[in-house]
Amino acid sequence: MLEIKNISKTFNAGTVNEKQALKEVSLTLEDGDFVTVIGGNGAGKSTLLNAIAGVWPVDDGQILIDGQNVTRLPEHKRAVYLGRVFQDPMNGTAATMGIEENLALALRRGKTRTLRKGIRASERETYRELLATLGLGLEDRLTSKVGLLSGGQRQALTLLMATLKKPKLLLLDEHTAALDPKTAAKVLATTDEIVNRDHLTTLMITHNMKDAIVHGNRLIMMMDGRIILDIRGEEKKHLTVEDLLHKFEEVSGEEFANDKAILG
Amino acid sequence: MEIIKLINALPGAVAQGLIWGIMAIGVYITYRVLDIADLTVDGSMCTGGAVCIMMMLSGQNVWVSLLCALLAGMAAGLATGLFHTFMGIPAILSGILTQLGLWSVNLKIMGKANQAINVDKYKLLVSLRFVKGVSVYKNTIFVVAVIIVILIAVLYWFFGTELGCSIRATGCNDRMARAQGINTDFNRVLGLMISNGLVAFSGALLSQYQGFADINMGRGAIVIGLAAVIIGEALFGRIFHNFGFRLLGLVLGSVVYYLVVQAVIWRGIDTDLLKLLTALVVAVFLAIPTWKSRYFSGHGKKPAKSKQ
Repeated sequence: MLEIKNISKTFNAGTVNEKQALKEVSLTLEDGDFVTVIGGNGAGKSTLLNAIAGVWPVDDGQILIDGQNVTRLPEHKRAVYLGRVFQDPMNGTAATMGIEENLALALRRGKTRTLRKGIRASERETYRELLATLGLGLEDRLTSKVGLLSGGQRQALTLLMATLKKPKLLLLDEHTAALDPKTAAKVLATTDEIVNRDHLTTLMITHNMKDAIVHGNRLIMMMDGRIILDIRGEEKKHLTVEDLLHKFEEVSGEEFANDKAILG
Repeated sequence: MEIIKLINALPGAVAQGLIWGIMAIGVYITYRVLDIADLTVDGSMCTGGAVCIMMMLSGQNVWVSLLCALLAGMAAGLATGLFHTFMGIPAILSGILTQLGLWSVNLKIMGKANQAINVDKYKLLVSLRFVKGVSVYKNTIFVVAVIIVILIAVLYWFFGTELGCSIRATGCNDRMARAQGINTDFNRVLGLMISNGLVAFSGALLSQYQGFADINMGRGAIVIGLAAVIIGEALFGRIFHNFGFRLLGLVLGSVVYYLVVQAVIWRGIDTDLLKLLTALVVAVFLAIPTWKSRYFSGHGKKPAKSKQ
């Protein structure tokens, strides 16, 4: 489904702030894989997702989605294949527009925007049903401005928008990190539900080791712009936080220093 | 009584306010919908006037001339849009560059700094002379009001279409827009074109109204447009929520602005100071959102960043 071949990215090349954020990263995802991504700050997790989404071009390497080479495609054209949820709840939705207007924008992802009506009456029923599955009462507030919603509600809505047109690949960039623990758990549960229901191939970054272990069928760990651990199958099923820390020390030769990742 | 003088001047002020109201709609589309402060308008206002007057002087029909003025304004918006998106120049600077370039273009269109048109010899749509003592259908206030209603109806429809919605999303959150497959660069260019088309159209009406096009006619137009937007939102923002009504609100804001200006002139205040006063009033109103959040909110809002 996703094939990444030796991609590299250096920011601010040639200046004192030069940072090699991705170093010849390769990764292949099978259809239906749900991969969790962990790693410390600056490990290259978000950079990897942004490279796939096409926020900027990569310096080197190739990205293929469903066999299509998208390496040179601009961000808005790649969006045809991708559903994305960002860390900051403000980023995923248009605050001054209504809930139904946001969903209508998402429904037209990958289609040419014409002079036909922005929302057709027939769509509203679908939106209402989908919103009802979130259990947040949003189904009765179709015309409310998204800016009035809480962070958790906005993330849940963004998740719905990202998956409204079934994407080839769902990219979740720490989408629960800005939420309180209870809301985060709820959004994660919704994520699991949607991913399982639609059999979506998913890449989910998380700061929380437990979440990374509980969710998905495969786990990768990044450090210094490289993938240093790749655990899948039976091994992933029986993985514990201790195992993970142990493996990390083995691979990297240092102790895992991120308390939040351990305790969270 | 002196007051009679003021009352006599009011219909003219209303007519001028309505014509500038169309310009304010253009400013609203960039400033509020696209979130770009576009300075092109200072030049494209005159471009519209120049194109319209020159075409009418050469014997063209008034409607054809108005349409061409609109298209010329859209071309100016296209230039700014390409500076901004294709060449990556910041929006404000892009507008200033186009505005500067338009100075020469406008001079070339007119051949000199000022071109007059005689209301008796040409069939003008609007004029100073058509404000009082003419039939209702010929009255400039009526004619411009009808044009505005049509324009607002078209814009209301357009910003409700798939394309229009995607332009609004681009202005609101361009990151989200791109994630939803929206070509934000294209939309910005399109929005700038629509905006400047309207501004040039307003300039074309204004030059007919005053009977001449002048190289300086658009100077400071952006500030007057912003003043109209701000007054409109301050007076009608709480009543008008619907997009169409909000556009109507800022047209009324423009009318209020010209009524105030007329009153200021009537009081005998030095009109040389008018632009300074406008600039100060707009500056204060633009500062209000910042002041509100800095001094009047109960607690500073922290960005949600706790990591769990």
